[in-house]
Amino acid sequence: MSGTFVGMPAFPVAAREAVRDTTLRGNLRHATHTIRAKRARAVAELDDWERLRQAGKRIKDRTLRHLDRYLVQLEESVTAAGGVVHWAADADEANRIVSELVKATGETEVVKVKSMATQEIALNEALEAQGIHAYETDLAELIVQLGEDRPSHILVPAIHRNRGEIRDIFTREMGEWGRPAPEGLTDTPADLAEAARLHLREKFLRAKVGISGANFMVAETGTLVVVESEGNGRMCLTLPETLISVVGIEKIVPTWQDLEVFLQTLPRSSTAERMNPYTSMWTGTTDGDGPRSFHLVLLDNGRTDTLADEVGRQALRCIRCSACLNVCPVYERAGGHAYGSVYPGPIGAILSPQLRGTGSEIDASLPYASSLCGACYEVCPVAIDIPEVLVHLRERVVEGGEAVREGSKVRLRPAKGHAAERAAMRAARWALTRPGALRTGQRLASRTRRLHPRTLPGPGRAWSGTRDLPAVPAEPFRDWWQRTRGGKDGGA
Amino acid sequence: MSSRERILGRVRRALADVPPGEDGPVERDYLREHGERTVEETVDLLAENLADYRAVVHRTDPGSLPRVVADLLAARGASTVLVPSGLDEGWLAAAEVTRVRDEATSTPHELDQVDSVVTGCAVAVAETGTIVLDGSPDQGRRRISLIPDHHICVVRVPGQVVASVPQALERLDPARPLTWISGPSATSDIELDRVEGVHGPRTLEVVLVR
Repeated sequence: MSGTFVGMPAFPVAAREAVRDTTLRGNLRHATHTIRAKRARAVAELDDWERLRQAGKRIKDRTLRHLDRYLVQLEESVTAAGGVVHWAADADEANRIVSELVKATGETEVVKVKSMATQEIALNEALEAQGIHAYETDLAELIVQLGEDRPSHILVPAIHRNRGEIRDIFTREMGEWGRPAPEGLTDTPADLAEAARLHLREKFLRAKVGISGANFMVAETGTLVVVESEGNGRMCLTLPETLISVVGIEKIVPTWQDLEVFLQTLPRSSTAERMNPYTSMWTGTTDGDGPRSFHLVLLDNGRTDTLADEVGRQALRCIRCSACLNVCPVYERAGGHAYGSVYPGPIGAILSPQLRGTGSEIDASLPYASSLCGACYEVCPVAIDIPEVLVHLRERVVEGGEAVREGSKVRLRPAKGHAAERAAMRAARWALTRPGALRTGQRLASRTRRLHPRTLPGPGRAWSGTRDLPAVPAEPFRDWWQRTRGGKDGGA
Repeated sequence: MSSRERILGRVRRALADVPPGEDGPVERDYLREHGERTVEETVDLLAENLADYRAVVHRTDPGSLPRVVADLLAARGASTVLVPSGLDEGWLAAAEVTRVRDEATSTPHELDQVDSVVTGCAVAVAETGTIVLDGSPDQGRRRISLIPDHHICVVRVPGQVVASVPQALERLDPARPLTWISGPSATSDIELDRVEGVHGPRTLEVVLVR
């Protein structure tokens, strides 16, 4: 398996393979059910949870409504505090900026804090091409990197691996990258964590350049916030001489006080804790404490295109907690890889097709990777109505229409694969507006019902491949009603 | 056109539907703290939540503090201890250990040889079992409470204790480098189950001094 998502097949194809993997399904079921129950308990401790959730929504909406102003304010505050702000319109530009910043230090290795934004732009691969080795230091990212694997969960990228598989990866691969795994490593989580501690220690202590993302950026103060558990974040944020943070432009909150909402809702939604073990907050640089130089790379990469969609822009409220993944029946069965993006699960199904557009097979199929059950919306700590956006994006895929790509308005053509669906809908509209034709059709359907196939032929086969066709009754409802007047004549 | 102008231009075009002008203040109808507690109960809750996430909690008074710190270091077998420049010297008066000063010139490798660190804190949050360090002279540089495997943090109660996250943020200065610590380092990365002890100090002892 390669570490890239390029050329992924459509969701149904990838998912079909994944659901056949019984180990994967077992791993996912175990992990998601463990966290679901814990999250519910952590949330129940706060009797104002719904008010916090709505406040989070309001704060993020306000940020998005005035994003230009807050971006400029953030730039001013970070600069005033001793940081340097860079702007990257797309992944290539961000990768170029970071590569040049690292090269300017003369270093050929960097330590990294887990960051969705740098995953999204494939920064590690871009740095490698420039002869710079990036070491992932989050335990799950380390498992993915050592296993030459792809992330499958926002919070726990190696959720698809169980402890036995992790032990095997560590034993096999750690020696290739640095300090080998201890002799006779067991598969108990504590021993695995200890192996990671020993393996990464040397890299932290000698690191000169750290690369991170951020969970929040405060416009009024210029403060960046990283929420983590292991202490690898603190290592990368404080020991190196140079710190480079790559952060999506939507990660802003306007005021210091706004953090009081998200520092309550994020930990409880993600790891189901009252508070995660470590949260680091820094504002520019501090004399004699931590990195001497700090660079902030503000990343667009499809975010402004998403912002242009009045329904879809709510996806930019996301604080990457991953609660929606953990409750999703589709994610639980298909796993994260089938989504073909660093953002899997329900949020990925609405974020990826907006950040990347619906041009590819995988992105056009993602809005359908849902049963629309709504569990994701229920748990979302910023109340993103994911089902609403899914339906909106389905409409865009089927009907085409106006969208914004790379800052320019484009007219999307209706997707090819949905011709039969559109024809069926047109036929339904025609029949439903002509009562005579509808009646005739229904009678015909009832009389011929013994001849009906169990699956649809031709283009309808894919639809009926995962669904039962409804049984047609012996008599249409309207005929039955006319004959019995609603059963009052006893003819039912 | 610079990327800065390009991105800001895209944002402004994307928001063409948003009416110009200021929004009113964000409505904040959530609670400033959860539940009603006496000062004593708030301190108890802090102790309870710290312990729930595997911090080791001790309670003492100012007179006994040097003895408690000395005993904790001795029990750990620590022979070297990092000392922030502004730490009350009395806290370590009874400890028979080599003191290592927090200096800008120390390398991470040198700090890795030190057994323990003793710090004060800026504020402690009862509802979440959190201590916050802000780099004040009694807490030192961020790295000294990170690299040693054993951290002793002294909290003055009830003065430094607040009930909730909103109250903690009110007390903190965003211009300072802040570290919020809730229990020893941990991970949920293996099967989404919490395991204590990864890169940060694996033992966190919090001494509540009244």
